[in-house]
Amino acid sequence: MADDTSKFDVSYVAYLARMHLTDAEKENISAQLNDILAYVAKLNELDVSQVEPTAHATPLSNVLRKDEVQPSIDRDKILKNAPEQARDLFIVPKIVE
Amino acid sequence: MQYEAVIGLEVHVQLKTKSKMFCGCATEFGAEPNTHVCPVCLGYPGVLPVMNEDAVRKTILTGLMIGSDVARFSKWDRKNYFYPDMPKNYQISQYDLPLCVRGAVEIKLEDGQTKKIGVTRAHLEEDVAKNLHFETTSGVDFNRAGTPLMEIVSEPDMRTAEDAFAYLTALKEILISGGISDCDMEKGQLRCDSNVSVRPVGQKAFGEKVEIKNMNTISGVRRALAYEIERQKAALQKGEKVSQETRRWDDATGKTSVMRTKEYAHDYRYFPEPDLMPVVVSEDMIAEMRKLLPELPEAKRQRFVKQYGLPEYDAGVLVASATLAAFYERAAERSKNPKAISNWVTTELLGKLAEAKKTIDESPVKPEQLAELVSLIESGQISGKIGKEVFAEMFGSGKGASMVVKEKGMVQVSDAGSLEGFVEEAIARNPKSVADFRAGNEAAINFLKGQVMKLSKGKANPQLVGEILLRKLEGG
Amino acid sequence: MSLHALTIHELREKLRGGDVSAREATQALLDRIQAVDGKLKAYLWLNAEDALAQADAIDRSGIAKNGKLLGGVPIAIKDVINVDGQPCTCASKILKRHTSVYDAFVVQRLREAGAILLGRTNMDEFAMGSSTENSSWGVTRNPWDLERIPGGSSGGSAAAVAADEAFAALGSDTGGSIRQPAALCGCVGLKPTYGRVSRYGLVAFASSLDQIGPFTKDVADSALMLRVLAGHDRCDSTSVPQSVPDYTATLGQGVKGLRIGLPKEYFIDGMDREVDAAVRAAIKKLQDLGAEVVAISLPHTDYAVAVYYLIATAEASANLARFDGVRYGARVVGEDVIDMYGKTRGAGFGPEVKRRIILGTYALSAGYYDAYYLRAQKVRTLIRQDFEKAFENCDVIVTPTSPEVAFRIGEKTDDPLKMYLSDIFTISVNLAGICGVSLPCGFTKSPRLPIGLQVLGKPFDEETVLRVAHMYEQATEWRKQRPSL
Repeated sequence: MADDTSKFDVSYVAYLARMHLTDAEKENISAQLNDILAYVAKLNELDVSQVEPTAHATPLSNVLRKDEVQPSIDRDKILKNAPEQARDLFIVPKIVE
Repeated sequence: MQYEAVIGLEVHVQLKTKSKMFCGCATEFGAEPNTHVCPVCLGYPGVLPVMNEDAVRKTILTGLMIGSDVARFSKWDRKNYFYPDMPKNYQISQYDLPLCVRGAVEIKLEDGQTKKIGVTRAHLEEDVAKNLHFETTSGVDFNRAGTPLMEIVSEPDMRTAEDAFAYLTALKEILISGGISDCDMEKGQLRCDSNVSVRPVGQKAFGEKVEIKNMNTISGVRRALAYEIERQKAALQKGEKVSQETRRWDDATGKTSVMRTKEYAHDYRYFPEPDLMPVVVSEDMIAEMRKLLPELPEAKRQRFVKQYGLPEYDAGVLVASATLAAFYERAAERSKNPKAISNWVTTELLGKLAEAKKTIDESPVKPEQLAELVSLIESGQISGKIGKEVFAEMFGSGKGASMVVKEKGMVQVSDAGSLEGFVEEAIARNPKSVADFRAGNEAAINFLKGQVMKLSKGKANPQLVGEILLRKLEGG
Repeated sequence: MSLHALTIHELREKLRGGDVSAREATQALLDRIQAVDGKLKAYLWLNAEDALAQADAIDRSGIAKNGKLLGGVPIAIKDVINVDGQPCTCASKILKRHTSVYDAFVVQRLREAGAILLGRTNMDEFAMGSSTENSSWGVTRNPWDLERIPGGSSGGSAAAVAADEAFAALGSDTGGSIRQPAALCGCVGLKPTYGRVSRYGLVAFASSLDQIGPFTKDVADSALMLRVLAGHDRCDSTSVPQSVPDYTATLGQGVKGLRIGLPKEYFIDGMDREVDAAVRAAIKKLQDLGAEVVAISLPHTDYAVAVYYLIATAEASANLARFDGVRYGARVVGEDVIDMYGKTRGAGFGPEVKRRIILGTYALSAGYYDAYYLRAQKVRTLIRQDFEKAFENCDVIVTPTSPEVAFRIGEKTDDPLKMYLSDIFTISVNLAGICGVSLPCGFTKSPRLPIGLQVLGKPFDEETVLRVAHMYEQATEWRKQRPSL
């Protein structure tokens, strides 16, 4: 059942989304989202116990491609777009396991 | 109080396809960084995945080989989490409807007993990129990103480190013989994580589960599990609690240690992948694939006898293990004398491996190198006897046959001039044997031959030596 | 008539006949853009030299005369579609300096058809919005009233076509983002059936809802554009391998005996009265032309906005996860990787995008998936079934495109929910995956603002939809109206 929206923990969700929000943004979004969640609660009016979810808009299956090698993209082209690159690698702050 | 361990293994296998799971980039190992990439496997804005048919087929084949139920309807899901080696920060995987469910792997224990280890499921997903670490930064190479990866989850049916070792060995055999993967752990083609818990014997409930990571060889898995089981037992004996955590195995120190704990457990927020259509497997498809199941050992043995001209017994030895058979065939297909290859494998190679306590895939001598050695002997560049010395050197150093022969100056002497010289010297030094031979003692020539070999430090071509000796002795 | 004011079919005639060169057509647009885009801001990026060079190449090779469907015709592209070598910002700071490294499938199709890729148009950031006010680069103005929004998210494309700054433009439609701006700007906007046009190269917002479609000045042009864009693409697993008919061939076949469904849920109180009147008049016109009207019901209409804002945001939250400062786009330096992600995405995304990412992430999160995402997908099935049942009794469905005409800039920005509800007539179409077109059917009195008529059809029945639209259009003069700029 759709839950008590006052439990909506915007900080946790922002963490899941790896997206920094300022305090003002958190407050703002919380309030707006509470309204939206209250609105979408109307879906609970419907009995969907016998209904299958729509996974895809088209009834295709087994869309496969042959295991053949295609040309890769030129490395310079993509390294040019990299915010930071060195030694032909995409550089990020050191990852600590 | 007696305790028993409960072990489950999660194995990730890179499938031996030419191209990646969702794009046409090559899966070749060891290429220059970021050269086998494209907008799709780099997760560029606007790209879409398209399934690799061979990866699907190989996964279904695996299921058939381990007796799984192959799903008639299987689908893809997004597994959402952020990490630099994730091009889209979600991994396309399979959650609730994987390609294969259930199954079992039969293992052989040291005492000869067999045991069935259950498999919970096998599903397909895409591999992540590779992180390299420097002083203050890390670098990401996306060549590996998108490689088809099959995840096989076992039931927690293993009870000892030996069970785990046997399971992995058996699984590798199956996968190699089916052409599914080369399972080379050094190349990251097979990776293994384990879940271990310990409980008092007789207790039904499982103890606290500890996840063990960073086991990089099959023997390493055995060592890590042996350590961890003892660690947990010791803790429980002392009345301490075992915490549910992730621990990292360090092969150098022989210990597991707690990995940096994450603040929150992962919430993967699985949902059906909208960009990919489901896989529907028909009865006909399954029937077709059953025909592709790998040769069982008996059929292989008969083929070896026929194709390579081997005696039944030798063929039997070679097919006892799929990896050994594969090794043999790799060497045999490069040689004009498959029977000689067989002899070398069944006697010299297996002998040295047993001495060094190594398995065939840990063999320092590679199939191509063995084939080269045999061809050097066949062409007369070295004698069979020297060949054994060369082989020993190859085994010890991992160097190729020609290299060893060159370095040790073991090339067989076959030119008539030098040989004549040695023969004449031997004749000159051993008048008694010469006389014996001329008096009718045919065997005396062998002593003279031996002397020639000694003079030439074993390098003389024995057959030619025999011919020249005979000529000189008879000629007078 | 000025060159820039022509339709594609009128231009093609001149190009074929040699009266006009591709360069002249392109230059005419560049001049027009120069004259009016300062006020409109429909274009985000324009490379005049590049466009003229393309035109010259076409003139040299004679493509304009040689039967290629769009030979020599300049087309504008919404900034959410990849064109190799061009910037692709999706109107977001996080892609401020990003350059595309490949062509979208539809762009390849345009090139093959001899089209000239003219420039890139403004939009709501990552296609999230109904007014183009969510663009990080400023809002585009409605050519009919510069104080009003052009609709969204493809506001730039709609405004460009309506103001004769482009002969046609590509847009994308996830919940109405082609049809609604077309209605508000007074041009023709088509959303093809899901799977009709490849999504490869379209920066994804909601993967199971997105479709690329054309903005044009009339229905015949729309049919031509669809013919070029539609078709199976092996790089898009959701692309349907269905043959592409010649949509232009059946346009004139008339509507006699055609059954037009009118869903009672789309003719509600609270709708702008002039919109209501214009749409009813259009329906009457169609009856005069020989069509029959059938009353139908789409009973789950009321739930569509709720369903949409759970499914679309959930898919979007995953689709936008790739914008993390690692491989491309903007990066804000951080102490460690997580910090870098947080700062990069915090600085790079605008407020509406953030709002939707949070909502979508929440709808998928542990404990809430069943209540939100899963439930929404089930109600989506009910909405799809509503249309399937309705189409048993009618051939097309006709509705207003939007309950209201273009509102003032800033009027709804404080109330996201209010903004979402303006999509009420377009949203169900994406959820059901069917096709639909919006075309002009009148104007409000004062101020003079366009009103849009929406014609919906069965999956892969764009032919009938376009035929109905064309017949209505040709029986009226709306398409000849132009804003005074």
